[in-house]
Amino acid sequence: MKKRVVITGLGVVAPNGVGVSDFTESLKQGKSGIMFHQELKDLNFSCQIGGIPNISDDLKSKYFTDLQLRGFNSSGILYGCIAGIDAWKDAGFDTNPDSKLDYQTGLIFGTGTSGVEKFREAIYKLDEGNVRRLGSTVVLQTMASGVSAYLSGMLGLGNQVTTNSSACTTGTEAILMGFERIQNGNAKRMLVGSCSDHGPYVWGGFDAMRVMTYKHNDSPKQGSRPMSATASGFVPGSGAGALVLESLDSALERGAKIYAEVLGGEINSGGQRQGGTLTAPNAEAVQRCIKKAIENSGINASEIEVINGHLTATSKDALEIENWSKALNRDGKDFPYLNATKSMVGHCLAAAGAIESVASVIQLNEQFVSPNINCEDLHPEIEKLVASEHIPTEKIDLNFNTIAKASFGFGDVNACVIFKKYQE
Amino acid sequence: MTNQELIAKLKAIVSPYIQDEEAFKNLSEDTDFVKDLKINSANLVDIILDIEDEFDIRLENEDMEKMLDVKSAMAIVNTKLAG
Repeated sequence: MKKRVVITGLGVVAPNGVGVSDFTESLKQGKSGIMFHQELKDLNFSCQIGGIPNISDDLKSKYFTDLQLRGFNSSGILYGCIAGIDAWKDAGFDTNPDSKLDYQTGLIFGTGTSGVEKFREAIYKLDEGNVRRLGSTVVLQTMASGVSAYLSGMLGLGNQVTTNSSACTTGTEAILMGFERIQNGNAKRMLVGSCSDHGPYVWGGFDAMRVMTYKHNDSPKQGSRPMSATASGFVPGSGAGALVLESLDSALERGAKIYAEVLGGEINSGGQRQGGTLTAPNAEAVQRCIKKAIENSGINASEIEVINGHLTATSKDALEIENWSKALNRDGKDFPYLNATKSMVGHCLAAAGAIESVASVIQLNEQFVSPNINCEDLHPEIEKLVASEHIPTEKIDLNFNTIAKASFGFGDVNACVIFKKYQE
Repeated sequence: MTNQELIAKLKAIVSPYIQDEEAFKNLSEDTDFVKDLKINSANLVDIILDIEDEFDIRLENEDMEKMLDVKSAMAIVNTKLAG
């Protein structure tokens, strides 16, 4: 008998809100966290807007010691640790440097790349022949698993501690990997999530591919327009999301607050066949991923009431919705409510799946659907598939039980997870 | 520079890395960086870099290997400054 898995803690560091309460408020208000960045302009970026969480030095010093902050220059690890510690505390645990090692809790915290700015510092020194002067933390800040290493040490976790990486699918994949570990009885709790650095050295490659919008440098808050007829590319974001997953038994035993249940999900790849490429999805594999996620959750497609899509604001949005429509065999007024968190935070890349899953769980828990901002001009191809009132541009209150979250990434990889309101 | 001045400078340099306040308060020539001050051994390379910056000297790998306590650090810094 596989164990039921519930969510007992949330943490988030997003461009439009740091901490669950600020982020929830922003989701309700449809507040954009996208801003113009002079640095991008100075570096001749086509897209000069982006989403960067607002973290003060005061806040940093609440999570990191002065020693940890010496020579620290890895924004992804910063965001990941803040979100992770918040989720841990939210689940009712404390952070005590002398705590007893907890063999029942593990950590899967993903990222695309780590400490890019730190790496740049190191490369400059190294190319000048000064490798001896790099200091002791270049490896820790630039290894992919840096965030897991920092975070697990802060919390004293003794189960599996690792980092996954699957482009923009990373966060959603981390949730499902942690879910399986608990489901199979290998851990009682898993802190899962993902993070992404901000800044030109992460975003530059996307700018060069011309997949980011260059049309909103003077109107940053209108820049991220998933599902809009005038969508012209994504807006880069950054941050982290974190969730404490826990076996239902363990959560009940300690009387923990339960946000939602993770019913199940699916992870697959389109293998870059049948139209799939390094950068484009194989539609059949996407549909299969959604169908299998529903099947693995033991529910019917008709039970999905809200979808938090990948929906980046590129030309692929209509294709994504077509895939949802085919996989669920639902359209028009029968299509679930649709939610594009990226309209407010941009595309947070490796952090996207985790931040948007946190957004999904918050909406489920508080029974609302957040506004899709900047899609007053719904794309005509999408309007053919989904009744426009199911793509709200203002917040709506909705009693619902089930939300599906999917993420798709470069390399033709897919992940879909189903969250349900907890019922005994 | 007197020994007292040198110790004061070294004390300021190691202060961000120490994990034992009591041993740090009583820092003397005999204080061991790792055993007494409980400095993470990985941070010894950072201390070396900070010493290089403070005294405008260059420390070689051999110097680094020897620099395990306050006394040896003082000796190495004095040698470099004299050289």
